[in-house]
Amino acid sequence: MEPILCARNISKSFIGVRALNNIDITINAGEIHCLAGENGCGKSTLVKCISGVYTPDHGEVEISGEKYKNLTPIEAMNKGIQVIYQDLSLFQHMTVAENIAISKLKFEGNKTINWKKIKSIAKEQLNKIGVKMNLDETVGEISMANRQMVAICRALAQDAKILFMDEPTTALTKTEVDHLMKIMLELKKKGLAIVFISHKLDEVFTVADTITIFRNGDKIGDFNSKDLDEKSLSYHMTGREIEYPRYHRTCKDNSPILEIDHLTRKGQYEDISMTIRPGDIIGLTGLLGSGRTELAMSLFGLNPTQSGSIRINGKETSIASPMAAKKQGIALLPEDRFNQGLFIERKIKENISSALIDTICKKGLIRKAEEDTIAQKYVNELKVRTPSIETVVGTLSGGNQQKVVIGKWTATAPKVFIMDTPTVGIDIGSKSEIYEQIHKFADGGMAIIFISDEIQEIMANCNRVIVLANGKCIREFDENELGQDGADKIITDLIGSQSAEEVTP
Amino acid sequence: MNKIKKMVGKDLDLSILVGLALLVLVTVAGAFGGSMYSGRNIQSMAFQIPEFGFLALAMMLSNMVGGIDLSIIANANTVAIFTAYVLNGTWAFGTEGIARVILALIVAAVTSLIFGAFNGLIIAKTSAPSLIATLGTMTLIQGIGMALTGGSSIGDIDPLFAEFGKSVVLGLPLIFWLFLLVSLILGLILSLTGFGRKLYLYGGNPVAARFSAVNNEKMSILVFMATGFLAGMAGLIILSRVNSAKVGYGDSYLLQTMIVCVIGGISPNGGKGKVQGVVIAIIMMQVMSSAFTIMSLSPYTKKLIWGIMLVLVLGLNHVIAAYSQKRTLKQSMKNLQSAQ
Ligand SMILES: Nc1ncnc2c1ncn2[C@@H]1O[C@H](COP(=O)(O)OP(=O)(O)O)[C@@H](O)[C@H]1O
Ligand SMILES: [Mg+2]
Repeated sequence: MEPILCARNISKSFIGVRALNNIDITINAGEIHCLAGENGCGKSTLVKCISGVYTPDHGEVEISGEKYKNLTPIEAMNKGIQVIYQDLSLFQHMTVAENIAISKLKFEGNKTINWKKIKSIAKEQLNKIGVKMNLDETVGEISMANRQMVAICRALAQDAKILFMDEPTTALTKTEVDHLMKIMLELKKKGLAIVFISHKLDEVFTVADTITIFRNGDKIGDFNSKDLDEKSLSYHMTGREIEYPRYHRTCKDNSPILEIDHLTRKGQYEDISMTIRPGDIIGLTGLLGSGRTELAMSLFGLNPTQSGSIRINGKETSIASPMAAKKQGIALLPEDRFNQGLFIERKIKENISSALIDTICKKGLIRKAEEDTIAQKYVNELKVRTPSIETVVGTLSGGNQQKVVIGKWTATAPKVFIMDTPTVGIDIGSKSEIYEQIHKFADGGMAIIFISDEIQEIMANCNRVIVLANGKCIREFDENELGQDGADKIITDLIGSQSAEEVTP
Repeated sequence: MNKIKKMVGKDLDLSILVGLALLVLVTVAGAFGGSMYSGRNIQSMAFQIPEFGFLALAMMLSNMVGGIDLSIIANANTVAIFTAYVLNGTWAFGTEGIARVILALIVAAVTSLIFGAFNGLIIAKTSAPSLIATLGTMTLIQGIGMALTGGSSIGDIDPLFAEFGKSVVLGLPLIFWLFLLVSLILGLILSLTGFGRKLYLYGGNPVAARFSAVNNEKMSILVFMATGFLAGMAGLIILSRVNSAKVGYGDSYLLQTMIVCVIGGISPNGGKGKVQGVVIAIIMMQVMSSAFTIMSLSPYTKKLIWGIMLVLVLGLNHVIAAYSQKRTLKQSMKNLQSAQ
């Protein structure tokens, strides 16, 4: 096995996070190398440092014997490094053939377009991975799985020697994942080095030769995949063996707070019904694009529904705007903390009071003392580690930032709190503190909709679970069913079960 | 010394600006001696500042929400035209003397607010970029003025109103005091009220503002109404100083208001900046502009200098931003360490 890429002492910090801490990694030809670790541990950042997208703060990259301190994306490509990002970066309005061939043609400096050549390139690459596809279809119309194939072919067309795939499976169903894995093994046989990124354990074991585990920006170690099992891998990823305490609903009040009935928005979600009582933590899970975030946005007034009804405390209402949602006692912890959740350049206290400005105003003037009191209260309650409430929120770590967003909405005393993937990119310590808080909220009678695709997290925190696929509810689990052995396995299988082809209208 | 260092650290942009302003004042004093800061010259500068100053404040507000209002000058002129028609008796509805002036002020306020609200509505409802929206309304508002006047200037206004532009109180023009007063009120609104807070939040990150249940549409309309109102004030000042109103007066102010905002520390991306900064920048610009006049520079040379200044300030801002980014990174690493 010959090493073709060596990265040494790579460090990279962003405001608020040390994303990579002195990382060494070696990639060998003809090997599938897996980068494993929880969301936010720095895997994508490492890929970007190696492929020249980011310049690391320290460290160097050596590719086939040549050393680079400031690698540029062009140099990386010339050296055969190809990255398939999570969003694939394809041209939606161009055809399959064009998408596959365009970079190669550009790469070779062709000035004119030769349609025959485009098609022959595309065909050749598709043959390499043994996939048949209509070359003239536009990429916007094909399934996620096929787009993935197009992205792979595009990389191969540019003579990839190392292929990085950043979480390629998040939007794929089980069968599609299996197909992808087969292709990866084929490519490996042909001598390609593949670096595969995932936080899903079963996938890692199916294909990986070597597994490098990251936790919080640190490398835990390189392992031969034969030396690990799911349990030890999970232990290394999370740094703890003990399971999170499981949530049990204690609230006695069984009158529903929020009832939704046959809620539909075509193309996003269809015919969703659920009833939520105080103290419920409902897990809402499904693949990326299953409609979970879209449903959450609708309940928060940011995504109009087409049909169906919403009742709050038994009274039918429509939620036309976030202002209306807030008035009805609905809060949303958004998916994208950085852009949707926080005013990153503002102080902690200004972030916490941002949903409460009218409440803390008297005759239009902000009562600064009251603002401070509220901010201090939630900083203490949620255990935000910060020198002071005057600190700019962007300088906090991811976990503490998330606590601030939670604090902002808790301060409005919501009845229903929707949390969209609340622990992505958050260190283990903050994670369990956030779980603890959520349990406390629910014990106090708040209803919580908990969106996540981490199965351990759902099992620990939810007393009911709804699985979405293609915008439809495919199964609901109640407290009893969740308590049975193997429930987690059933849910995992369900999440990847239904074909994604059906979603694309 | 430590205290100064702390203050500088707290508000780097403003401190640099104050330093720069002092430098300009001293250099100009050195170069022109007494003639620059003679009572007469100071007074003449103070007469010139307000019309431009109000326009700059208007531009500032639109910049603070990450937008731009290109229609402010058209707004000022057309408001001045409306007001002039009231003041010269054409639209006086039988009022005389002080009653007519009051009617004129009401007309000015209402038209400027309507123009502003129209901008705000378009931007809020169609989510068109303000650059495009106000380019359209600029032409529209100018067109209204043009249709009314045919391009000629409207004069012959009530002398009572013209007095307002000429009177001097405590050695400085009344309109200058008015400018200072409005700046002060605006500064207080931005820093103390809920509206001001929402403006900073909405300007800094409109997406997060929407997710925080801030009414973005309402904010956009209110901010552009305030912008329109300030532009209308500029129109009144112009009318009272020139004694007549016409389409196209002061068109060259548009670029200068943008320069002043950038120099004054207003981020064109929104969410940042203070009124103090812009007021200092306005005064500095006026001093330089007077110096240019004393040196009798050609308009082209002046433009060249303004252009160079804009580029320099943008470059400086870039360096400062990179520096404070580094500082924030360091601070955040410190926070991380102390948290562990
Ligand atoms: N451009 C960026 N600016 C600020 N923080 C970032 C940026 N990119 C990533 N991060 C942060 O760095 C950490 C590692 O992120 P990432 O490499 O995307 O993790 P992973 O891919 O393992 O899920 C996270 O805490 C994330 O929030
Ligand atoms: Mg990632």
